[in-house]
Amino acid sequence: MRRAFVVAKKDLMIEWRSRMLLVRVAPFALLVLVLFAVALDSEPLILRAAAGLVWLAMLFSSLLVVQRAFAIETDDAALDGLLIASGEPSQVFFGKIIAAFVQLLSLAVLLVAGAIVLYGATVSASNIVLLVTTMLTASLGLASVGTLYGAAVANMNGKDSLLPLLAMPVAAPLLIGASRATEAALGSQTIDASAGWAWVALLTVFAVVFVSAGAAAFGTLVEAES
Amino acid sequence: MQAVTTNDTALSLVDTVVVLGGFPALAGVSFEVREGELVALRGANGSGKSTLLRACAGLVPVARGTMRVLGVDLGARSTTNSSAMRRHVGLLGHKNGLYADLTARENVRFAARLVGASDNDVDEALARLGIDTRVASTRAVALSAGQRRRTALASLVVRRARLWLLDEPHAGLDSAARVELDAILRDATRAGATVVYTTHEVVNAAAPNAGTVPRTITLAGGAVASDVKGGSAR
Repeated sequence: MRRAFVVAKKDLMIEWRSRMLLVRVAPFALLVLVLFAVALDSEPLILRAAAGLVWLAMLFSSLLVVQRAFAIETDDAALDGLLIASGEPSQVFFGKIIAAFVQLLSLAVLLVAGAIVLYGATVSASNIVLLVTTMLTASLGLASVGTLYGAAVANMNGKDSLLPLLAMPVAAPLLIGASRATEAALGSQTIDASAGWAWVALLTVFAVVFVSAGAAAFGTLVEAES
Repeated sequence: MQAVTTNDTALSLVDTVVVLGGFPALAGVSFEVREGELVALRGANGSGKSTLLRACAGLVPVARGTMRVLGVDLGARSTTNSSAMRRHVGLLGHKNGLYADLTARENVRFAARLVGASDNDVDEALARLGIDTRVASTRAVALSAGQRRRTALASLVVRRARLWLLDEPHAGLDSAARVELDAILRDATRAGATVVYTTHEVVNAAAPNAGTVPRTITLAGGAVASDVKGGSAR
C-alpha cells in the first residue's frame, strides 16, 4: 500500500495547489443546495428532502472530483508512467480512492452543515455516530464508483458526458442508502435510527463491492483505453 | 509473479504482432536486444516505433508472436502478470507525463517515491539535467518546453530503471541538453541498463558521440527494415 499512499499524497497536493475543491466544487455543491431550496419553496418539504438533496449534491460534485482526478493524469499523459512505476495498477486505484475519499468526506461535512444552516435540519447527539458513519461509508462508496468509472472513460472521447451517464445509475443504490441513513440521523419522522443503521450496512456492502471490483478491474480498464 | 530474470537478453521479439484499432501497428517484428545495449529505433511516422515501445512496457497487448522483456513473457499466449517487470522499466513518451501544478522537484520526487528512491537521488537527477536551480521550484505549467523535457528525463533518471524506453527524447531540447542526454544514455548503458529510443534524426541515431555508435533498427510498415550496428548489417 506504500505506493497507494504516495499516489494519494500527490493527488491531494495537486488539489491543495489548484484549490479546485475549494474554489469550484464546494461552491457548486452549495449552490445546488440553495437552488433546490428555492425550487421547492416549502419549509416542510425542504426539511423532509434535506438528506436527499445533500447526497444528490454530493453525487454531482463527486463527478467533478473524479473528472479532475483523471484529468491530471491524462493532460500530459502521466498515466502511462504512473502505471509502469507503480507496478500494480491496483496501487494507483487505491491511491486515487484515498484522495477522492478525503475530498468527498470534506465536502459531505460541508454539505451537511449547509443543510443544517440553510434548511434548518437538526441532528441530536445520539445520532451523530450514525451521521458520521453514513458520511464515511457513502463517501467511500462514491469515491470507489467514481474512480472505477473515471478510469473506464479516462482516455475516451466525450469522457465528461460519459462519466455521469455511466456512474450515476450505478450510484443510485448509494444515493438511496445515504439519503435514508442521513434522514434517520437528522431525526426525520419517516425513519428511525435503527433503520438508518440498516442503510449504513448497505452502504458498507456497496463500498466493499466497488473497492474490490475496482482493484481487480482498474488495470484492464485504463490500459484498454490508453 | 515470476522473477525478472534475463540471461543477458533484455528484449526478445519473435514475429510480434500488435493490432491497434483493427490495424497491425506491428506486423511481425523480430529482434533481440542484449542487456546494456543502446539501440536507436528509426522509421517514418506510423512505422510502429511508439507502439513497439509501449508494447515493451506492457501497455499494449501482443496479438501474435512472442515478446520477452527482462525475461518476462509478454507474448500473445502469456498469462504472466507483468507488474514486477514494469517496475524495472522507464518509459518517456511523446508527452512528458508531468503534473502541471507540481514543481519540477515535486514531479521528480513523486517518481522517486514510487520506486523508493531517496531525496539525494532526486537532487542528483535534478543536477544531472541542469534543473537544480530555481527551475526546480517552478511549477511544471510555467516551465519552457525544454525545461519540461529535462524534468521528465530527471524523473526517468531517478528511477534507475533496467530498461529505458524513450520516444523521441531529443525533441524540444537545445543542443547542450541533447549532448547531456546522450551522455546520460551512455552512462545508463555503462551501468548495465538497456536503452531503446526512437528518433527521426540521423545525427542522434548515428552518433551520440564518437566510439559509442548505437545499433540502429529501422522500422517500416510495422516490420524491421534494417538492423545495423557500426555500419555492418546484422
